[in-house]
Amino acid sequence: MMKQILFILIGFIFGIIMYKSEAASWFRIYEMFQFQSFHMYGIIGTALAFGVLFVQMIKRYKIKSFDGKPIVILPKEKSFSRYMIGGIIFGLGWALAGACPGPIFVLIGAGYLPILIVLFAAVFGTFLYGLLKDKLPH
Amino acid sequence: MEFFLQPWPWYISGFLIACTMLLLLLMGKKFGMSSNLRTFCSICGAGKASDFFRFDWKMDSWNLLVVLGAMLGGFVASHYLSTSEMPAVSEATKVSLASINIATENQYLPVELFSISALSDIKTIFILIIGGILIGFGARYAGGCTSGHAISGLSNLQLPSLIAVIGFFIGGLVMVHLVFPLIF
Repeated sequence: MMKQILFILIGFIFGIIMYKSEAASWFRIYEMFQFQSFHMYGIIGTALAFGVLFVQMIKRYKIKSFDGKPIVILPKEKSFSRYMIGGIIFGLGWALAGACPGPIFVLIGAGYLPILIVLFAAVFGTFLYGLLKDKLPH
Repeated sequence: MEFFLQPWPWYISGFLIACTMLLLLLMGKKFGMSSNLRTFCSICGAGKASDFFRFDWKMDSWNLLVVLGAMLGGFVASHYLSTSEMPAVSEATKVSLASINIATENQYLPVELFSISALSDIKTIFILIIGGILIGFGARYAGGCTSGHAISGLSNLQLPSLIAVIGFFIGGLVMVHLVFPLIF
């Protein structure tokens, strides 16, 4: 039960960060793809700088998870086409809807009802991928 | 009080995003939002259509709690911690926005796309549906989205994530620079 509350709490903090950083705003995504502001690059760059530091620390000092198990980060399978093609398709959608999956949930909570259409369509897009998966280059 | 309603600067936001990832790693999990979309499909019975959805989604139910929290966070941030004004985008962006007929006096999200009245235009609905399908399809094809690849994957210095993020940007640039002028 304690764990469940912690997951909700982590999500809650994440939701506030996404909204308050304006990373959940269509305008910031548009501006990022226009290279007209440092804001989004600053967010991603800072997150990465600390992210790399945290992951390196976990590996070097063999930091364990809260329940005492080793933290293993599984490497992604090797491929070029799936990451490039999938990435381009995702990028087209990210720019068009101005939101990636995290902010979609945050914006629903914020009460922007049209985002529900984006969510249902994204679930449907995921379903389509599941149907076509074996026919696509990976 | 004014201070609490201001948007956060990028360096605070970026640091806190990294902390979110760290907390999930310390909880023995990983930071990735788009895998929840696959879980939704499985819950809805998509396993009957494709074995891609036949997995024990209860193993990933922790991530649904993160999603629930993110929604609550969005509610609290928008209602109590923000004035939900339009972000202070650059002057150059305002010029670009005007060129695609999006008002530069706007709200947190453009009313042209995300207000209830905008849904009376079939074009808006079409944009939201196509955007969503591309997000869902692309994220699963690439094996992750912004959180899974751009933050978690790159933090772990994974080459696949770098390829995916380059793809995200190619797609985003094509959309904003080549497709937007045609659809707006």
